[in-house]
Amino acid sequence: MKLEFLSFDFDKFASEMQNLKEKKHFDYLVTIVGEDFGEEGLGCVYILENTDNHERCSVKMLAKTQICGDGMSSNGTGVTDGQLIPYIPTVSNIWRVADLLEREVYDFYGIVFLGHPDMRRLFLRSDFKGHPFRKDWQFNDEYTLEDDIEPDYGLEYYLDKDGHLQSKQNKLFGPDDYVINIGPQHPSTHGVLRLQTVLNGETVKRVYPHLGYIHRGIEKMCENMTYPQTLALTDRLNYLSAMMHRHALVGVIEEGMGVELTDRIKYIRTIMDELQRLDSHLLYVGCCAQDMGALTAFLYSMRDREHVLNCMEETTGGRLIQNYYRIGGLQDDIDPNFVKNVKDLVKYMKPIIQEYVDVFGDNIITHNRFEKVGPMSLEDCISYAVTGPAGRASGWKNDVRKNHPYDMYSQVEWEQITMTGCDTMDRYTCHIQEMYQSLHIIEQLIDNIPEGDFYVKQKPIIKVPEGQWYFSVEGASGEFGVYLDSRGDKSPYRLKMRPMGLSLTGALDPMLRGQKIADLVATGAAIDFVIPDIDR
Amino acid sequence: MEVRKPRIKSIPYEEWNDNASLEKIIEELHEGGVNVVTGSLDQLINWGRANSLWSLTFATSCCGIEFMACGCARYDFARFGFEVTRNSPRQADLIMCAGTITHKMAPALKRLYDEMAEPKYVIAVGGCAISGGPFKSSYHVVKGIEEIVPVDVFIPGCPPRPEAIMYGMMQLQRKVKIEKFFGGANHKQTQEERELGVSNEELTFRHKLGDHRREPIVVTDVPQDFVDEMKTASEQVRPEVNPAPTEVKVEEDKA
Repeated sequence: MKLEFLSFDFDKFASEMQNLKEKKHFDYLVTIVGEDFGEEGLGCVYILENTDNHERCSVKMLAKTQICGDGMSSNGTGVTDGQLIPYIPTVSNIWRVADLLEREVYDFYGIVFLGHPDMRRLFLRSDFKGHPFRKDWQFNDEYTLEDDIEPDYGLEYYLDKDGHLQSKQNKLFGPDDYVINIGPQHPSTHGVLRLQTVLNGETVKRVYPHLGYIHRGIEKMCENMTYPQTLALTDRLNYLSAMMHRHALVGVIEEGMGVELTDRIKYIRTIMDELQRLDSHLLYVGCCAQDMGALTAFLYSMRDREHVLNCMEETTGGRLIQNYYRIGGLQDDIDPNFVKNVKDLVKYMKPIIQEYVDVFGDNIITHNRFEKVGPMSLEDCISYAVTGPAGRASGWKNDVRKNHPYDMYSQVEWEQITMTGCDTMDRYTCHIQEMYQSLHIIEQLIDNIPEGDFYVKQKPIIKVPEGQWYFSVEGASGEFGVYLDSRGDKSPYRLKMRPMGLSLTGALDPMLRGQKIADLVATGAAIDFVIPDIDR
Repeated sequence: MEVRKPRIKSIPYEEWNDNASLEKIIEELHEGGVNVVTGSLDQLINWGRANSLWSLTFATSCCGIEFMACGCARYDFARFGFEVTRNSPRQADLIMCAGTITHKMAPALKRLYDEMAEPKYVIAVGGCAISGGPFKSSYHVVKGIEEIVPVDVFIPGCPPRPEAIMYGMMQLQRKVKIEKFFGGANHKQTQEERELGVSNEELTFRHKLGDHRREPIVVTDVPQDFVDEMKTASEQVRPEVNPAPTEVKVEEDKA
């Protein structure tokens, strides 16, 4: 989607954004992109969607700057005293997902959001110097093995009655709060996620997610790479959705360049995406079981995952990191045995999915641990932007393949799975049902792959014309999108990925308040996040 | 490592160095119906250790999934005795460092390594753990975990295939098998070493790891409001404590 920005006056920004939500029903905030626009200064791009007719719009907002000299900013260290601080009014009270998104922008660009109650860094250490995504940031990769002393308060910025920028501290914990850290090295967090959990006895009062333990700065690295080079990094975001991630990136570049793909490419990409989804969901089903202590069920699904990997491996050569799509098509044609192998796989998989349900999904223990656990209503799901199967379990029809069809998805017959339980059990069932749908899509396409080129030849140096684009695909656990700002160069000016898991992590807190601590493991297992995807 | 002179009444010391006489003794024992196997105890223990390597589950990204695949039915590294993974560093023999280590994670990795008991090993799995891999130009990635902890085996790949991971673990087995278990980390200290007052672990590995004994943590900047709070809290408690001794005194007076 080529972006045409709306822009609002600074003073009216908050009310205009409120209007967009209330009157025009743009109730799903897809992402907030922080950007250093160069001479224009720092600012943000907001991408919004209307969940009724799936129309999308984007708003560009430039930050004003002012000196904040009360000694409180930058966690009381006084480092930013006398420096210009850019600021924008918050939208976190309109769309709840903005809570984490704005903290991300603050972390990378140093833009503060007026009225946001908790302006702390999200990914980087609290003693990190500067804001790395600014164009004038001096590269520095020194590190220390000392522990990070984190502030126990968040800063809230506001304009006082004279229009001066001020800040105040909001305590994160009460004096009698019992706080435990889950992670960053914990078997049930699926990677290096850290959840600072406030407990009252066994009941969860609050969850503060701490991210960035696997933050590699991929977006920043992309700014110094040519377009074909950037492709290598996306597979390593969510390695279980490697194909889809790369699909989104090549998709946005191809859209920018106006490349027309052959039908053969579209067919193969769709099949590969669905195989990858199958792979990811199989691992999900296994990990869900393992987190609940059912090791046998884990082994069953991992056994069948190897069959899926075999199918992909013969063509792509990789098990996890596939490196298969490239700008203008595919790296290579499909293997001669691919069609036969995939057909065998579909035949094998169809009856066997029921086996996972028999072994684990319909177990009485599973039902007791999953049902009514981590509930989230449809309204909250949209506000917290819980996309993917987790959102569909609450009845939100958010599948990008239906709403913004790409490649062959509009031409095959398949059903969008939605449920009404709003709980962990339905999130699990949704994944199971989606595996059948993936098989169904593959079945329809595999026999009809048309003849044609697998690669549309591109110039040796790929340049994207000036402009901004956003392209999203349905990843295994939600919408994965890429925002590209090109200035006509051979490398992107700004590349921003909308990770699937960031909003899911933000939703853990409202889901788990009032639940038991053991439910945290169940909710986290069933919500399906992969941490390297969140941290990028 | 110095070998102390063993003293056994029936065998003169010189005969320990003489294989012919040892074999003669064993033959005599065998004839008398005694089952004897000779060999070094180190070898026996290392054979056991090498075939039961417990790893700490330390998977930060993609390589971790391949490590999981190793443990499952198709590759099944239980065949080599690697299948026990521990979540606590206290129970683990080695860290499988599977994935990128970022600046924020580095202190955690160092701490987990320090918390493990000797003998301990580190395997660096994948390009990121070896050198930073594809993220070498990043501002937030450690360029190889060898900067932080000593690495025993490097397994290249991005991510390495399960076969490669198993081959790497088998290299570690070889390394374990030629180690001096009693002579190394578990040797009996000499008089001089005892006077230093440090553990064997320190003696053996200080040159490799540096002095990792920590200074005691002394809290100096206690917030004043916390001190006041504690004071008032203790004052509230005091009246309940004081009456008891006076009562005792009264009893004594009566007596």
